[in-house]
Amino acid sequence: MSVIEVRRRVRQLHGAETRAAWLLVIPFLVVFLAMFVAPLAYSAYLSLFSSQLVGGEIFTGLGNYARALQDPSFWGGLGRVALFLFIQVPIMLAAAIFFALAIDSRRVRGGRLVRLLVFIPYAVPSVVATLMWGYLYGTDFGLITQIFKAVGLTSPNLLSPGNVLGSTMNIVCWEFIGYNMIILYAALRSIPEELYEAAEIDGASQLRIAWSIKLPAIRQAILLTVIFSIIGSFQLFNEPNLLFNIAPNAIGTDFTPNLYAFNVAFKNQEINYAAAIAFLLGIVIMIVSFVVQRATNRTEDES
Amino acid sequence: MLGAIAVVTAVALAGCAPSTGSTTSTGPVTQAQIDKAMNTPTTLTFWSWVPNLQTEVNLFEKKYPKIQVKLVNTTGGSQHYPKLRAALKSGKGVPDVSQVEFQYIPSFVQTKSLLDLTPYGAADLKSDYVDWVWNQVAVNGAVWSMPQDSGPLGNLYRDDIYKKAGLDGAPKTWDDFATAAAAVKSKTGSYITDMPGNDMGQMLGLFWQAGAKPFSYDGKKTVSIDLNSSTDQSVVSYWQNLIDKDLVSTDPDFTDAYYQGLANNKYASWLVAAWGPVFLQGTVKNTSGLWRAGKIPQKSAGDDVSGNWGGSTDAVMSTTKNPIAAYELAKFINHDPESTLALANTQFLFPVTKSTLTDPKFVDQTPEFYGGQKVNEFFAGVSSTVDPKFEWPPFMDYVSSSYGDTLGKAIADHTDLKAALSAWQDKVVAYAKQQGFTVK
Repeated sequence: MSVIEVRRRVRQLHGAETRAAWLLVIPFLVVFLAMFVAPLAYSAYLSLFSSQLVGGEIFTGLGNYARALQDPSFWGGLGRVALFLFIQVPIMLAAAIFFALAIDSRRVRGGRLVRLLVFIPYAVPSVVATLMWGYLYGTDFGLITQIFKAVGLTSPNLLSPGNVLGSTMNIVCWEFIGYNMIILYAALRSIPEELYEAAEIDGASQLRIAWSIKLPAIRQAILLTVIFSIIGSFQLFNEPNLLFNIAPNAIGTDFTPNLYAFNVAFKNQEINYAAAIAFLLGIVIMIVSFVVQRATNRTEDES
Repeated sequence: MLGAIAVVTAVALAGCAPSTGSTTSTGPVTQAQIDKAMNTPTTLTFWSWVPNLQTEVNLFEKKYPKIQVKLVNTTGGSQHYPKLRAALKSGKGVPDVSQVEFQYIPSFVQTKSLLDLTPYGAADLKSDYVDWVWNQVAVNGAVWSMPQDSGPLGNLYRDDIYKKAGLDGAPKTWDDFATAAAAVKSKTGSYITDMPGNDMGQMLGLFWQAGAKPFSYDGKKTVSIDLNSSTDQSVVSYWQNLIDKDLVSTDPDFTDAYYQGLANNKYASWLVAAWGPVFLQGTVKNTSGLWRAGKIPQKSAGDDVSGNWGGSTDAVMSTTKNPIAAYELAKFINHDPESTLALANTQFLFPVTKSTLTDPKFVDQTPEFYGGQKVNEFFAGVSSTVDPKFEWPPFMDYVSSSYGDTLGKAIADHTDLKAALSAWQDKVVAYAKQQGFTVK
């Protein structure tokens, strides 16, 4: 990809223009500072203190960060969401790409209906989705168990400590395949028709068109869904927090880093430490997103 | 990133300027002061998660027309305490009166959030309440709250399943209970009971019954934590044996699957508190008439000791601007005979005043669900056998959340309970030290 240089004539703004510019920018700046920067700055400030039930708050500098880096609960949660990322995200995105391509090929009957059906789960709030799946997973009387029993098989305990991560992955897939499909489908729709006509004249099969034209063309959209999914995985909170009520012993207080930060803040009453964990998590997400973006851009440059 | 910001923001909000309540130590309040306060137009805010508490609040407002009560239903403890703490930290929106469970009283005493009710006349009410209940609110020479309900432990069992297993009523001792467990399993296929891994309250109730004293707190900065005592070890070893032999199940309680298990004969009994009978009636209607109430098994034959699981109080917050009226509200709700009887008979909170525990309108009930047994009278008797001394630490949230990561998890995973008990002890001690307490 070549970089197009845009030459702009830089002109000094007049006094009145400067004032007008500031006037127009100020409402945004105020909201941005008050709603976005201030809470972050305040949390960063909080994370530098340590509060005790006895003795109150004392300044500890980076003490909370050092503690988090040695905290097996923090690393355990991070490991769990990393596993989640490496297993669930590829499955979810492969399915989303498959559906998007299938609908875009216009060879699927009732494509619109399929599109709607696959997308509907995204419209269901994650709270409702998790509760619904929780009932389906239920150990003795859940629907899945009942089906297994009906055909004379013993069902796996989908809410056991070993399986609950997989069960969570399934819920998240169910929720987000449709969402990612819509993003990818929109990108597919913007590919010029001429390319397909040219390919067909050259005798390319549909599979070949998908592989050599469609997928490369929606590369940026795929990258976008990858980045969203990375962030979503590290932020995993709602689903485990709700499954906790259904499978209390399978999900610990430190199941995911976000859940851990929440529990540290509101159950252990260590708000400062929770702020440090939340910040560390944010940093990890930024690093991973950056690395993925760089890696994909590099391969793009090479090709 | 949005989620992280949300958490960070929530954390930031909760961390707002800490303010300590102004503890006014005054001499005893005179009757004239009380009369004046109760005839001055006042609005009180009252937080509780007892359903339909408006009924009792209406009785109060009828007696004191000048006082208006704004009742806020906080839906449950897990929402109530974080909300209360956030209000206390920010110093805004703190209620005048708040529900606080037994086990959380020291947590709020430690943060100086509760008003000592002694100057307002609370100490004079001691003899009206069951002794061990009074010990829960009267600690270190102060009265921190007005007791509302309690949960003496008993054994609710399925008479039909027990009979089928050849049992004659509730097993007398824990050894009998283990023998009965084997009989129930082999003859009926049911588990004699469930030992959930998510219910610290029940486990601590069993520790309480066994005579353990896992916690103490001096009201300042010294605590003792003795979860790994030989008494507690023997309790968990007992359950380890039953779990290993697959004679008790380890399903989490108060879940949908658990209720279905109760309804479908999966469990033959439930070692539950005095609030259990009514709870069961509402949950497993299809088994009506089959249940009976019996005593919890004893260490040795001839003993008669129970523990407690659950129980609540209404406390006056130290930040209140109307301490007299707030105290009168907390007192009225939990002391007035009409109000306490309503709590017992319509909200099904197991009573703590001696008068309600002997009131024929309460004890003479013969619910069909229990085959006409006088269940209330039975549990009123159990209430007098609860071990009178049991204290709580000032950081109950952590004790509870770490239970799920240690002993609770070991129960659910069927691993070594003794090792997990020891891990729980270590975690709680480490937390206490981290929080600046002196651990005895």
